Amino acid sequence: MTALDQVDIPPGEQRAPSRAWRKLKANRGALVGLFIIAFFTLLAVLAPLLPIPDPNATSWSAIRKAPSALNWLGTDDLGRDILSRMIWGAQASLLAGVVSVGIAVAIGVPFGLISGYFGGWTDQIISRVTEAFLAMPFLITAIALAAFLGPSLTNAMIAIGLSAMPVFIRLTRGQVLSVKTEDYVEGARSIGLRHSSIIRRYILPNVFAPILVQATLTIATAIIAEASLSFLGLGQQPPAPSWGSMLNVAKNYLSQAPWMALWPGIAIFLVVIGFNLLGDGLRDALDPREA
Amino acid sequence: MYSYIGKRVLVAIPTLLIISIFVFSLQKLLPGDPVLALAGEDRDPQTIEYLREKYHLNDPVPVQYIRWVGSALQGDLGISLKTNQPVLKLIGDKLPVTIQLAVMSIAFAFVIGIPMGILAAVKKNTALDYIANVVALSGLSIPNFWLGIMLILLVSVKLGWLPASGYQPFFDDPLRSIQTMLMPAFVLGNALAATLMRHTRSAMLSVLSADYIRTARAKGVSEWAVVLQHTFRNAVLPIVTLSALLFGDLLAGAVLTEQIFTIPGFGKLIVDAVFTRDYAVVQGVVLCTAVGFIVMNLIADVFYVLLNPRMRAAL
Repeated sequence: MTALDQVDIPPGEQRAPSRAWRKLKANRGALVGLFIIAFFTLLAVLAPLLPIPDPNATSWSAIRKAPSALNWLGTDDLGRDILSRMIWGAQASLLAGVVSVGIAVAIGVPFGLISGYFGGWTDQIISRVTEAFLAMPFLITAIALAAFLGPSLTNAMIAIGLSAMPVFIRLTRGQVLSVKTEDYVEGARSIGLRHSSIIRRYILPNVFAPILVQATLTIATAIIAEASLSFLGLGQQPPAPSWGSMLNVAKNYLSQAPWMALWPGIAIFLVVIGFNLLGDGLRDALDPREA
Repeated sequence: MYSYIGKRVLVAIPTLLIISIFVFSLQKLLPGDPVLALAGEDRDPQTIEYLREKYHLNDPVPVQYIRWVGSALQGDLGISLKTNQPVLKLIGDKLPVTIQLAVMSIAFAFVIGIPMGILAAVKKNTALDYIANVVALSGLSIPNFWLGIMLILLVSVKLGWLPASGYQPFFDDPLRSIQTMLMPAFVLGNALAATLMRHTRSAMLSVLSADYIRTARAKGVSEWAVVLQHTFRNAVLPIVTLSALLFGDLLAGAVLTEQIFTIPGFGKLIVDAVFTRDYAVVQGVVLCTAVGFIVMNLIADVFYVLLNPRMRAAL
């Protein structure tokens, strides 16, 4: 499935976390995904401590050098060490993926909860706005927003987050519509609990699993989106490293320095496949039908 | 049937209205005063006031919006600052290029994705199924702009088999046109093929477990007749709907693909417009894309009803 497709897990039947974790541990694909993500996260976090050259240090005597013992992944058009830029670039990519999905979840889930729980005109308005945003292709909306907000990594994250938000509204709303008719919610209402308490204590925990799965899969899409925006010059700005902007430069030196294009693409591919594998694994682990 | 289509069109109106508000609001996100940018070096108050009047920027925002929507409904999406041409004409000129790319990509995605999905479902839990799933997962995870770069490197730079960039109109030289579009279509169709494969497999699996399939097998119908005539015909419905939804992915993918292969299409238009700060063009492209997506959804809904006898009878 594409990351922006909606996951479909019947609410109200989620397994205990330990049981889900056992199922996740038994899923080899998910473990591979988790390992890839952990590896790149560790690299990104430890970047300042690793014995690697300054990612922005240029060297006119080392321009476009092929991989060697000195520069394991070669150097770029300004003589900068590609391995170092790759490791620092991991920070930008992972940060963009997590922050933009954080924005989408932080705005999308509350709107979805309100829309599904209260229904009526509130639901009508939120649903129509959601449909409108879903009619605009994710990347085109992100490009337009990034263009009007101005090119920067922060604006790219905002643009990607806002573009991904409608999927979370629709997903949460759908889940809430099923959960709110459950007996325990009726019970909570009958004893006079406030709406905010019912949503927080009874609805949210029962719609959490599909949101978690969707968020994991959307991180994969967001990482590709950030790389795409940076590739177009609308994300991370030079000289700060990011995998997308490295590819943007590399495309001008394909015949002279093909290694410049090779490594950032492999890194994006691995991280995205990692999140996709983990997302698929989480979906299977949290799906009660897969018992 | 006509009343169904009418109802669907009516439902699309509020969606279009909200999209128009969003697209109009984009220009309000611009930092600074647009008039000062237009005036350039000339900061003469009279010139600034003249420009404000000319572009109706002294009017309240709702009035500006209504004027903008009114013009858009008459096909006036503004004038490109860069080329001084009407935005709609620019989009109209670029559209055939992107349509050719899209048609070739969809053809590729269908030819690869659907048979792969059918085979994976029929051979569930075999090596073939696992290979198809790995290929699909890779197709979804590979950034298409990187795939494009790698193909240029291998197929054009190293092997010299296909041109790395450029565009030839189809009716001028069909063979050359197809040649130049082969790689971009593969790049763009790759992720679509992966999505189609996964959905075809899933749709086929749900139909294959139905009672009437067991009955067909019990009657001695050949396995391929069961798969193609009984299963695929019933599994094709969700695939039709999905194909329309993939239209959005296709346009978004075209932005990057056209940029890499220097194809002068719809996608390259928006990127070029972003860098020349040609905001009317950016707004026009977003609006037209959204309208196109809604129309494709409408067509998919109508096809869904036409292909589904139960829904047809219910109308």
